[in-house]
Amino acid sequence: MKHTLSVLVENKPGVLTRVAGLFARRGFNIDSLVVGRSEDPRLSRMTITIDGAEHPIDQVTKQLHKLINVVKIRELDAESMVARELALIRVSAEGAKRTEALQIAEIFKAKVVDVDRRTMTLEITAAPDRLAAFESLLQPLGVNEVVRTGLVAIGRGRS
Amino acid sequence: MTPQTKIKGSEAIVRALQEEGCDVIFGYPGGVVIPFYDALYHSDLKHVLVRHEQGAAHAAEGYARATGRVGVCVATSGPGATNLVTGIADAYLDSIPIVAITGQVKSDLIGTDAFQEADTTGITLPIVKHSYLVQNASDLAQIIHEAFHIAGTGRPGPVLIDIPVTCALAEFVYKTASAVDLPGYKPTMRGHSKQIKVAARAIHESPRPVLYVGGGVISSGATQEVFDLATSLNIPVTTTLMAMGAFPGTHPLSLGMLGMHGTAYANWAVHECDLLIAVGARFDDRVTGKLSTFAPQATVLHIDIDPAEIGKNVEPRIPIVGDAKMVLHEILTEVATMAAAPERTAEWLERVDDWRGQHPLHYEEDDGELPPQYVVEQIYAVTGGDAIITTDVGQNQMWAAQYFKYTQPRQFISSGGLGTMGFGLPAAIGAQIGRPDKQVIDIGGDGSFQMTMQELGTAVAYNVPIVVALLNNRFLGMVRQWQELFWEGHYSHTDIAVQPDFAKIADAYGALGVTVTAKDEVADALRTAIKDPRPAVIDFRVRREENVYPMVPAGTSITEMIGGQAGRRKKP
Repeated sequence: MKHTLSVLVENKPGVLTRVAGLFARRGFNIDSLVVGRSEDPRLSRMTITIDGAEHPIDQVTKQLHKLINVVKIRELDAESMVARELALIRVSAEGAKRTEALQIAEIFKAKVVDVDRRTMTLEITAAPDRLAAFESLLQPLGVNEVVRTGLVAIGRGRS
Repeated sequence: MTPQTKIKGSEAIVRALQEEGCDVIFGYPGGVVIPFYDALYHSDLKHVLVRHEQGAAHAAEGYARATGRVGVCVATSGPGATNLVTGIADAYLDSIPIVAITGQVKSDLIGTDAFQEADTTGITLPIVKHSYLVQNASDLAQIIHEAFHIAGTGRPGPVLIDIPVTCALAEFVYKTASAVDLPGYKPTMRGHSKQIKVAARAIHESPRPVLYVGGGVISSGATQEVFDLATSLNIPVTTTLMAMGAFPGTHPLSLGMLGMHGTAYANWAVHECDLLIAVGARFDDRVTGKLSTFAPQATVLHIDIDPAEIGKNVEPRIPIVGDAKMVLHEILTEVATMAAAPERTAEWLERVDDWRGQHPLHYEEDDGELPPQYVVEQIYAVTGGDAIITTDVGQNQMWAAQYFKYTQPRQFISSGGLGTMGFGLPAAIGAQIGRPDKQVIDIGGDGSFQMTMQELGTAVAYNVPIVVALLNNRFLGMVRQWQELFWEGHYSHTDIAVQPDFAKIADAYGALGVTVTAKDEVADALRTAIKDPRPAVIDFRVRREENVYPMVPAGTSITEMIGGQAGRRKKP
């Protein structure tokens, strides 16, 4: 089972190294780690995805908490979060393939961001399962390159 | 000095250290720390010049372990800093508060492979509680203040401050550090009140409890609380290597050490207890042996200030995150409200005493050779138990733990987690400087001693009257013991009989050197060495192939002890 952690850290040099180093040293594998500025310029927010079957999530969060620069950790579960990932995918798009690629893109609300005679680059922002479906539908056309941002997630507002 | 007078960064470091109450630092100069050493030249901050930076780190640890204050060591960039690494790792694994200050090349040279440049913060990242690479000289006072706070509070540990020479040379108006504000660092001190009630009830009701006490009790200063809890409810106490002295080894409730080389009765008690009260201990593999058979009948109550220790190796039924002293105090208050029933554990204590009677620590005394255990017993007798003992690592360390009865916290100073050979001598120097009122004795090994014996120069230079009692078996004894027991006696590269005459080495340094080969010389040699104002080395030529018993082979259950019964050793 995948776990998603939203980690608020101090925006200081070396913080990413500390977090990454901790994962390496304790033998935790990161699926993805995304970091960027938060609403407070002194703080950055990381979204970290890990496989919880492999590592006790409790131990991961406790060890993370011990880093002085880690301010707050929130574990997000599927029901309580909105999660998105952006991917850029370049597919072969010669001849009949071009129309097919465009059709798939339309179904998934993906955008064409680059095109040349042989290929087409599509941009999609989606939840991970949707992104996986999109990628697998494109496979038969010939996927040349995939670039993914990793998952970013935010807790749902309570109204 | 008017408030607007500018001072150099190097002077600011000295001033900030003094504002933290630091009275001594251990270090070694080098290129980029010359400005710092110049500031020292003009200050009254005491500096102890070691002979190798590793010695500085261990001496700072020895000082911290003996006094409870933060120890400080200093080294230059590159090789100076990398030589500190072993000591920093040692402090990390044993949760010892030290601040390591390293010089770094000029800010604009960082990353260019400059002379004596090493990525010190990078190298030490996995072995520090926290670290700083100083960017602005004017931050120095605040960073040093934070470093001392982080090192000494919560679960203590080493903090590294890497200071580019640019910052040491910069001039600015010094501003005393303001209160620490670290949003990500707020150790939990008070235990959860509901959990404390649950714990108190469990302790009060248990017919077969055992207190399993670790180094956290010493860093928290909770030895009185442990004593009160144990004695008011008649609970036997076993300590880890890190906690020797946290409960008096002379007390009838003391079981001594548990684990791989613990007493048979401590291990049996843990195996048979119905409540295991772990305080400031971390269920290390050397303690638990095979985890699945550790304390199989027990409800585990785990008190620790580090939440990450709870459930890391053993899942406790009753976890309490908090400071050992505060939590135990609250448990005691709670227990005091319950009806006293000290006789509840009477039957249990009888069983424990039976084990103690059947399987005491023992060794062969009369084959004409000098038993190392006898030397440790004599150190205990000659000092009346009133000495601070440091150790090296290996057999010497285990005998020092087994055959000296520690009654005070901070009396036994040893490299537990990292197991660093060569720890004993520099740690003894640091401990003796921190505690001039006590006799410090390093119970060492001939292998370990040769790793850091140049620090004899430091001891002589600063008139540090330590005694080094070498249990010299001319083997790397612990590895040899494993080879004998588990590797068919293949003594691969453990025979170090070719070695210098240690008494002569001591003499060459201007210390007292004595060689002892017979039992009847042991006590006199110790008395002479203690009385002599110089540092002293006593080379005890002990029985070569003595083993440390009992022994739980690695990865087996702690009840599967070799030599837990009578008889010194069994040849395989």
